[in-house]
Amino acid sequence: MSETPILDVRGVSKRFGAVQALTNVDFQARSGEVMALVGDNGAGKSTLIKGIAGIYPFDGGEIHFEGKKVNIHNPKDSAALGIEVVYQDLALADNLDVVANMFLGRERIQKPWQLDEASMEKACIETLVSLSVSTLRSVRQAVAGLSGGQRQAIAVAKAVMWNSKVVILDEPTAALGVAQTRQVLDLVKRLAQQGLAVVIISHNLHDIFEVADRITVLRLGYKVKEFLTKDTTQQEVVHAITAGTLESVPGMV
Amino acid sequence: MNQAKTATPAKASRSYTSTDIQQILLQARAYIALILVVAVFSFLSEAFLTPANIIIVAKQVAINAILGIGMTFVILTGGIDLSVGSIVGLTAMIAGGLINEGLVLPYFGVIVYFHVWMIILISLALGAVVGMVNGLIITRFNVAPFIATLGMLYVARGLALLRSDGDTYPNLVGRPEFGNQGFPMLGAGTFLPTEIVNGWVHSAQNAFMAGLYTFLAIPYSVWIMIVFTLIAAFVAAKTPFGRQVYAIGGNERAAELSGVRVNRVKVIVYMISGVCSAMVGLIIASKLVAAHPATGVFFELNAIAVVVLGGTSLMGGRGNIGGTIIGAFVIGALSTGMVMVGVSSFWQQVIKGAVIVLAVIVDQMQARMQERVALQQQQRLELATQTAEG
Ligand SMILES: Nc1ncnc2c1ncn2[C@@H]1O[C@H](COP(=O)(O)OP(=O)(O)OP(=O)(O)O)[C@@H](O)[C@H]1O
Ligand SMILES: [Mg+2]
Repeated sequence: MSETPILDVRGVSKRFGAVQALTNVDFQARSGEVMALVGDNGAGKSTLIKGIAGIYPFDGGEIHFEGKKVNIHNPKDSAALGIEVVYQDLALADNLDVVANMFLGRERIQKPWQLDEASMEKACIETLVSLSVSTLRSVRQAVAGLSGGQRQAIAVAKAVMWNSKVVILDEPTAALGVAQTRQVLDLVKRLAQQGLAVVIISHNLHDIFEVADRITVLRLGYKVKEFLTKDTTQQEVVHAITAGTLESVPGMV
Repeated sequence: MNQAKTATPAKASRSYTSTDIQQILLQARAYIALILVVAVFSFLSEAFLTPANIIIVAKQVAINAILGIGMTFVILTGGIDLSVGSIVGLTAMIAGGLINEGLVLPYFGVIVYFHVWMIILISLALGAVVGMVNGLIITRFNVAPFIATLGMLYVARGLALLRSDGDTYPNLVGRPEFGNQGFPMLGAGTFLPTEIVNGWVHSAQNAFMAGLYTFLAIPYSVWIMIVFTLIAAFVAAKTPFGRQVYAIGGNERAAELSGVRVNRVKVIVYMISGVCSAMVGLIIASKLVAAHPATGVFFELNAIAVVVLGGTSLMGGRGNIGGTIIGAFVIGALSTGMVMVGVSSFWQQVIKGAVIVLAVIVDQMQARMQERVALQQQQRLELATQTAEG
């Protein structure tokens, strides 16, 4: 567990018309750790990660990455830094097979213009094996026929394949049954063990207490508190989510 | 080599079920339809399955197949191109005008006559530009492909009529003093002169050799179809661009989030369709040795028909070039066969229409069955994980 955070978001704000979705929020993620991001519906969780991913710009604040201030204007910028996001709807093309999905938009080519299927397939299998994703019949089957947990695993594998350093998962277990959730949580832990900084958004505190090292609580667009999981309880976190005093609000201290 | 370790026992023993067989039949339906059509007409008419007739069918097929190739790319992205027939007409008129009238530059007081090769290139480029306009309207202004290309259907047709004030450019043979002769070769020419081949055919020892010789006189338009098919099949199946076309049709947002330049791919797809349409405009004008502004009316519908018949889903993301070519051959064999057997032209329309609708019904059946199979598979997997984990 490293001391300086690899991703350090400082004082970001975001307004959508009349809605102040984020106000002066600080957020950090550390390599080898799982950081959970929790909060009620509309607290600003998705807004925060979309800003980090470069889907839209923050109104104010700074992002520091590996100790340096960076500018993220679009998803390509964040990907170039090594930040990958697994969106809630997974962003998989059902009609394509596993390999095609993993390399979508970054296909490897052989000779001029030609897809290098063999090397993509090899890299795909290697990544899946390194993540101990072992329930696939074939990496050449269409994603449409996979279970929810397998789809989630493919989406995660797709994110970590690019030497990424920070992986952000938006509600990865929301649509899954018990056994499938188990698989995904194990996968999340393995990512951190491999030295990645993992950010997981979830409404399920039980899951979070199982995998997360730290928990950041957002409420109404403000950061309420950052907990160390081992030093806190579910009651404490629930209280912060529903009625937390807003420690970072200027003028409210 | 594509096994990623098997852990779930549920799928270990897999035998072919009736759904599997049904699926295979549905997937192969274009081939089955082609075999059926050929079998029926060969039975009804001796002249049907002869080399000479196959070449006649192939010439007709070339038109729909080339248009269908462009249309396949468009439909694979989930779009549609209704402007195809009008682009055929426009490029035919532009090419015809360039041959007969040249390019008039009033300010310089000169008329430029181009070599036929230049005219072909200019026409193809024009097709690409019209397709690009389609693509840009669709992507920049968020206009539905149906509407954008419907607009272009009218605009391009209007421009074709404006070019000559509605007249036909006749006798597109060029003139020796302008150095622009040879245009009719494109539609009717063959690598080996027909007379020589015919001589060989007549002196052939047996029917088999005679047949082989006949195929030596395959016209350029059929060669063009073959070349377009090979290139398109390669692009669709083997290149990153092709992969991205399928991805956009399957899940556009996913493609976007994965870094695919969705708008760029879409524009290119309409450009491909435009180039294919221009090629057809050239072939037709060359074959008729004349350019008429109404050339290509309703061709977009033929193109859509062969694509759908070939198993490409109008929803995008599913289908391939090979299917489209087979679809074009089904329509071509059906049309020629009905003429040979003496089906009235009114009934020909009815039958063709029925075949197309039947194809779409079968397409829907296949899509639903695939969904069902995928769902079953998912449920089976979910069950398997649950039992495996206790
Ligand atoms: N693109 C947008 N345009 C306008 N308002 C938006 C937009 N995105 C988010 N908001 C608003 O910003 C606030 C924060 O939304 P956000 O999606 O970040 O919440 P969340 O914490 O992810 O909630 P949930 O748990 O429901 O996913 C909400 O009030 C939402 O309505
Ligand atoms: Mg959200």
